[in-house]
Amino acid sequence: MSGWIDGLFAPFVEFSFMRRALVACLALGLGCGPVGVLLTLRRMSLMGDALSHAVLPGAAIGFLIAGFSLTAMSLGGFAAGVTVALLAGLVTRFTGQREDASFAAFYLISLALGVLIVSTRGSSVDLLHVLFGTILAVDDASLLLVASIASLTLLTLALIYRPLIVECFDPGFLQSVQARGTAYHLAFLILVVLNLVAGFQALGTLMAVGLMMLPAAAARFWAQEVWSMAAVAAGIAVLSGYLGLLLSYHHDLPSGPAIILTAGMAYLLSITLGPRDGLIVRFLPRQHLQT
Amino acid sequence: MNTAALSLNNLTVCYDRHPAVHHLSGAFASGSLTAIVGPNGAGKSTLLKAIMGLLPATTGRIDHAALARSDIAYLPQQAQIDRQFPITVLDVVLLGHWRRIGALRAVTAELRAKAVAALAAVELNDFQRRPIRSLSAGQFQRVLFARMLLQDARLILLDEPFTAIDARTTADLLDVVRAWHAERRTVIAVLHDLEQVRAHFPETLLLARSGIAWGRTAQVLTPDNLRRARQMAEAWDESAPPCAVDP
Repeated sequence: MSGWIDGLFAPFVEFSFMRRALVACLALGLGCGPVGVLLTLRRMSLMGDALSHAVLPGAAIGFLIAGFSLTAMSLGGFAAGVTVALLAGLVTRFTGQREDASFAAFYLISLALGVLIVSTRGSSVDLLHVLFGTILAVDDASLLLVASIASLTLLTLALIYRPLIVECFDPGFLQSVQARGTAYHLAFLILVVLNLVAGFQALGTLMAVGLMMLPAAAARFWAQEVWSMAAVAAGIAVLSGYLGLLLSYHHDLPSGPAIILTAGMAYLLSITLGPRDGLIVRFLPRQHLQT
Repeated sequence: MNTAALSLNNLTVCYDRHPAVHHLSGAFASGSLTAIVGPNGAGKSTLLKAIMGLLPATTGRIDHAALARSDIAYLPQQAQIDRQFPITVLDVVLLGHWRRIGALRAVTAELRAKAVAALAAVELNDFQRRPIRSLSAGQFQRVLFARMLLQDARLILLDEPFTAIDARTTADLLDVVRAWHAERRTVIAVLHDLEQVRAHFPETLLLARSGIAWGRTAQVLTPDNLRRARQMAEAWDESAPPCAVDP
């Protein structure tokens, strides 16, 4: 029994790299959870995916210039992600093409460019690092970056929370009382890119979006207001990080996929057990209430 | 006649160079209650959007100099709202206080009490905590009217407010419209039901891209005028020459 409990804490007591990975997951989850909820509510679930791929060429250019440097790769990734978001947004605004189509076009260009750069100039090991991340090699500098991004995310969301929600629930109303919500939309897209950059060096560009979308998709089955959904999503993300790290430590699995698969399990459990439209609630015969 | 709350001066609004509202001039008197009727594609919704500044005027002017943006409330057609969104009825109604709370200011107990009172005025007592996705179309329209009550606007624009709404709700919400009229607010509503217009709306604008008639409802909704409105071609003429009327 004590050995079992020990297994829950010992890895983090014993190894500083595990502690750092845990703190990184905590910060990532706190930022990614709420951002993911807002992404799903804005019907942009797949755009998170698109943006995560868009980050690649920037990170690759950063890598080419400065080697495996966190600062260079993060700055490059951020610049590439924001460029794709802006170009897609501009095309939508000025041509009327739907944003999902313009996003898809620009992220594919960006992704191909990224793979081209990495494969011509780096080794395949580097490509694997960028694609899948190395959460167990998180150093103090990257920890600081991830924590700063999480703090900035929560502060900014608090500032733009009300208009952001109105803009996504009833854009016509926001337009009629204030102005177009473009500035809020833009600020939000920047937050998405920032969180993907925070996630990509821990989980890799392919996995980063997982910690954003899976907890958010799961939260919908537990809560029915935006703030409570965001809280549930952050909780699921943090817990997935912790359990995923344990799983990867005890069974010698790569940490990124272990974390995302844990979040995936949380999603499947939520679909089944969640009190809001979960499968059991839906199909369990329950006596209806008096009128 | 009263002073105008809103006047249109040779207004043309186009989609892709095809006019949806064509050389329309006239005025909505301050405190008037006007219905806008006309066939599909007659430019009714377009006119409201242009008044709200959501569409640019191709030629002509819209003057509502005495009104600030916050003096105008606009209810677009329902399709644009996400009715599955996870938000409570009270939170939606509280948005009517936007002018007072904006993005950052707190909702005080007083503002909250006003929102509860507005919900009571549209007969939705005890609905505060309900998520909007549990409401029927009629109940949701009542929520939107409660929100407009809080906006306390001088000019109120309604785009097909009673389409697909049950008779009982329509009657209740028409009472709200009449109360606005009694408070000397200017109300403009796009409507389809001519009987409803004759019964409740003193003024009517009959629109078929161009204005067919505009004035007292009984003088506007004549068989002759309605026939002229119906003759408007719904399809665009792709080879139409440039309009020759002076800009």
